[in-house]
Amino acid sequence: MKAELTIQLAHGGGGRLSRDLIQSEIVSRFGNGPLEGLPDAATIPWHCDKLLFTTDSYVVQPIEFPGGNIGDLAVHGTVNDLCVCGGRPKWLSVGLILEEGLPLATLRKVLDSMKKAAADCGITVVTGDTKVVGAGQSDGLYINTSGIAEAIKGFSLSPARITKGDDVIVSGNLADHGFAVLAARKNINISSALKSDTAPVHRLVQALEPFAGEIKFMRDPTRGGLSAVLNEIVENRNINIQLNETDIPFSTCVKALSETLGIDPLHVASEGRIVLICSSQVTDQILHTWKSMPEGFGAQSIGVVDSGKGRVTIKTITGGIRIVDVPRGELLPRIC
Amino acid sequence: MKYIDGFRNPLAAKKIIERIEVLANLLKASGRKVSIMEVCGTHTMAIARFGIRNILPENIDLISGPGCPVCVTEAGYIDAAINLAKAGAVIVTFGDMINVPGSDESLAQCRANGALIEVVYSPSAAIKLARQFPEKNVVFLAVGFETTTAPMPAVIQIAEGEGIRNLSLLTAFKLVPPALKALMTDPELKIDSFLCPAHVSAIIGADAYKPFTGKEGVPCVVAGFEPLDILMAIDGILNQLVRNEASVENQYNRVVKPEGNLKAQALMDEYLQPVDARWRGLGLLPLSGLGLKNEFERFDAEKKHGITVKKGKEPSGCLCGEVIKGKSKPTSCPLFARGCTPDHAVGPCMVSSEGSCAAYYKYSL
Amino acid sequence: MCLAVPMKLIEIRGDGTGVAEMDGAQSEVNLTLLEKPAKGDYVIIHAGFAIERLDEKEANARIALFQEIADNETP
Repeated sequence: MKAELTIQLAHGGGGRLSRDLIQSEIVSRFGNGPLEGLPDAATIPWHCDKLLFTTDSYVVQPIEFPGGNIGDLAVHGTVNDLCVCGGRPKWLSVGLILEEGLPLATLRKVLDSMKKAAADCGITVVTGDTKVVGAGQSDGLYINTSGIAEAIKGFSLSPARITKGDDVIVSGNLADHGFAVLAARKNINISSALKSDTAPVHRLVQALEPFAGEIKFMRDPTRGGLSAVLNEIVENRNINIQLNETDIPFSTCVKALSETLGIDPLHVASEGRIVLICSSQVTDQILHTWKSMPEGFGAQSIGVVDSGKGRVTIKTITGGIRIVDVPRGELLPRIC
Repeated sequence: MKYIDGFRNPLAAKKIIERIEVLANLLKASGRKVSIMEVCGTHTMAIARFGIRNILPENIDLISGPGCPVCVTEAGYIDAAINLAKAGAVIVTFGDMINVPGSDESLAQCRANGALIEVVYSPSAAIKLARQFPEKNVVFLAVGFETTTAPMPAVIQIAEGEGIRNLSLLTAFKLVPPALKALMTDPELKIDSFLCPAHVSAIIGADAYKPFTGKEGVPCVVAGFEPLDILMAIDGILNQLVRNEASVENQYNRVVKPEGNLKAQALMDEYLQPVDARWRGLGLLPLSGLGLKNEFERFDAEKKHGITVKKGKEPSGCLCGEVIKGKSKPTSCPLFARGCTPDHAVGPCMVSSEGSCAAYYKYSL
Repeated sequence: MCLAVPMKLIEIRGDGTGVAEMDGAQSEVNLTLLEKPAKGDYVIIHAGFAIERLDEKEANARIALFQEIADNETP
């Protein structure tokens, strides 16, 4: 393989090189279980009443960033989508789109991260696909993952159940991922000690089983951050969500980057956090449970649900109240 | 965050607001309604972000001034940048400019069609990009007030030192004092006081506002952008008004000196010269901008590429011009929140994150 | 118009640039606009340029003033 230290078009051509790549890189890591023998479709056992099924594609730039890479992100992202819908993740598919010229070492690193992440989450890679596109046709490496989970009994999550008096809780510091990736980008000239928070939330969700019935909504605040999640909930409903600025947990480094780049941290993604809305009776128990876990020690109650006109508001440190708007989409550093 | 959190003490905020209420009541007793213009867009943003407008007494009105470089830049400037991009140049810009509508399209739309448009945080990155694309013309969109203008001579120095020949600036630098003069002399406008910008003042110095004070003038208070700074400045303004004074008060003396940053001023004098400039809303103001001196015209994108920035087509029905002058509130514009929202902005005041319209749309209740 | 933040200079290079820091965020900064920048100075950073020094004495005095206002009993 010495002369083949980068991905070539032939690695996706279905011939000898393709077979070698799949055997040496994929089967060696994920080849036990349903992937063994590389059947065209995975055969998986099914014992429960309800399944959850989701898919997501990952195109993050740069591929590697402080605290993670596109590989663990692609596992955590799909696992977390399953978890916040009340699922116990079981099966994962992985589709890889590689760009000609991608260093093999990068691919290996990404696959190692995927393997480790999958093992940590208790999810098994059961099927997959690899394609190679010509140089310049993609940005190094794209990943699609789809996941299947068993429904955890007791959850009946629906934004429609959210009513006045409910509490809004987050499982820890927000926006680390988005700022870590932004700071790692070229043309920004800012470096930081900040690491992405990419992590699975399955343990946090499974720990909620005793209060499952009182939990009305969970979401992982990825693209668009906390503000996108909350605005989606209140849209066209007769409820408001009132946040308290001083209660929302951000690391000092996120605050510093947010001030420097002029980007509102409420708009910035986390990849290992949960936003949860529950009846206020269980708020303290949930906080107590989460705070005793390493991935939940920063949990905070950040606001309440009230009746209203479908707005998310925040009480600022001066005591003024303002609207929390929906982010436009592209996060841009600004000078103004 | 020591030098940030220290200026966000919630209890102090509460106490200063109480002081403001006392002063506002004194003024109200003599039938006075007070209009304070926050000249600078970053103040507008901070006021919105911290919800300051809705905690002030009702006879104290904050009106937003012309201090957003994006807002006062005319559509024709964007058109010129787009034409350069289409001719193959690499356009380097601050994120603020990317969604500003030109006559027909924005830089973001132009980028989606394949043009090379790079968003940077610092003008230094323009140098890096010029090195990265030696075979291409790299054009930096050099907009801004004195704060953002001050670094540009240093960028030209570096380009000169390294013999970089493919970098040029499309300049639209604006100066704050000429705009204040235009606002002061506008008979239709009634402004009782200026809340003066923080970082522009760091360059030009607090003394620059002296001409706007005194017998014919109004209180001019320089303030930082932290919420307590803003509240204290409002307190200072009301204090002056109660005592019928009109002087310069520097409440940001941890950064702003009376004379400003002399080294920055000297560098700007070396490379730049005053030029007449067109402002959206204010029109053509004599000597209200800065352009490159003739001996540096090889860095001037207009001269280098043989183009001139034209006025461009302003969107019909849009009141941005009036809003920038403080004559209209964003909410009085017929397009506000109807045809014009941050996602589908018609005018620049809705596009710019610090534009008055965006601030009203995003943050007001 | 001019978002800028106070950061501490932690490194000065010979070429007129340096590194400034605030709470783990580090930025490569240009120091051309300052007279005799020194390591340890607090500076105001706008678009990657130090545009002015932050006078620590004045800043601390101001913070103390705000603390005093906060601590005062409401009249």
